[in-house]
Amino acid sequence: MCLAVPALIKTVDGQQAEVDIDGISREVSLQLTPDARVGDYVLLHTGYAISIIDAAEAEETLKLLKELGEAT
Amino acid sequence: MKFSKEFRDPELGKRLLERIHRRSRKPARLMEFCGGHTVAIFKNGLRQLLPANIKMLSGPGCPVCVTAAADLDKAIALAVTPGVIVTSFGDMIRVPGSRTSLQQAKAEGADVRVVYSAQDALAIARANPGKKVCFIGIGFETTAPTIAASILQAEAEGLKNYYVQSLHKVCPPIMRAILDRGEVALEGIICPGHVSAVIGSRPYDFLASDYGIAGAVAGFEPLDILLAVDMLVEQIESGQPEIAIAYRRGVRPEGNPAAIKLMERVFEASDANWRGIGRVPGSGLSLRPEYEHYDAEKNFEIDPGPAVEPQGCLCGAILRGVSTPLECRLFRRVCTPQNPVGPCMVSAEGSCATYYQYGDDDLKGDKIGGV
Repeated sequence: MCLAVPALIKTVDGQQAEVDIDGISREVSLQLTPDARVGDYVLLHTGYAISIIDAAEAEETLKLLKELGEAT
Repeated sequence: MKFSKEFRDPELGKRLLERIHRRSRKPARLMEFCGGHTVAIFKNGLRQLLPANIKMLSGPGCPVCVTAAADLDKAIALAVTPGVIVTSFGDMIRVPGSRTSLQQAKAEGADVRVVYSAQDALAIARANPGKKVCFIGIGFETTAPTIAASILQAEAEGLKNYYVQSLHKVCPPIMRAILDRGEVALEGIICPGHVSAVIGSRPYDFLASDYGIAGAVAGFEPLDILLAVDMLVEQIESGQPEIAIAYRRGVRPEGNPAAIKLMERVFEASDANWRGIGRVPGSGLSLRPEYEHYDAEKNFEIDPGPAVEPQGCLCGAILRGVSTPLECRLFRRVCTPQNPVGPCMVSAEGSCATYYQYGDDDLKGDKIGGV
């Protein structure tokens, strides 16, 4: 139920946006993420963007995962 | 998809598992609260890969599953009201109520429509001005802001035929209720990822401060979950519980303030009725008085009669983490995804459906849960 998937914002028109999800286009609402801009990835849940994905944090987490895997 | 596949790297997963095996010594009973996590854990076979001292048990984080029969009966009563179109997320329509289901009501002529989004329900309301369109609002804090947004959109457009039956529930009070019942002993909780994208991690601080329980917010890819388990192990081994975030690309400590603001504008905390758990103070969301003209339960005369729970169904105990589906006599024999008895077998993220789909003989002796 709380499923959300990353989606890339392609165009914004007011509170609506067109996003790309692995090649699939869909119109979604940005009512919950008014700061989202073209080029942002958002977490998409039932037609609404619920969070803007923080790309820098994603990189940090991947770095942490690599470090944890290497440490003995 | 970017931000998903990087977190499925099997080599990194293997190394993280080795680290968990090296470092985890104390018994660790971990509840994954969210049904989406239950599915991800089973789908990736993570239970079998973790060390024997780590026991995973599933919590009540499946909105379809925790909807009380009495509330579902009201939705069905709405559906058979003349002039009403009921709109609902898909899984809900197959759940057996006390006497029938939304699907059965539809087969008998009720206008029940499955929607993907509250926006679809709004579109149906716009296209059917002569009908009253009721949305069955289930879901946790992930979904509630989207329903709030739909109500505000209806208000802005002057739509007069859109109603919501608010069965929304919130996570922190039910976590507290489950812990206070004392039926399950836990060392850690994997906190829900997308609920936390909205509310943040701070509302779970009480887990560590009041109950001494470790906490980590997790995403839904295998590495997200393993990182959360590693963080929980760290807290449990050091005896220093806190609420960590293993899903920083989507979750901030303060959550999404715009979504919280919208949710709080339309909804207020109320008591909610949970299947198998009962009434829990402050664990639900009701429409505020200024929005009650959108409240389906306040605008329709519905009397579904007394609620009846399915005989022999263990969904209630399963949702509390006390029993597993394998302990239910109906599981796989009478109750199957094609012919579900209880809601945990209907919802794709229900524990019973997940055990049915991904469980194997390794789990047959599974006695996880309970004190």
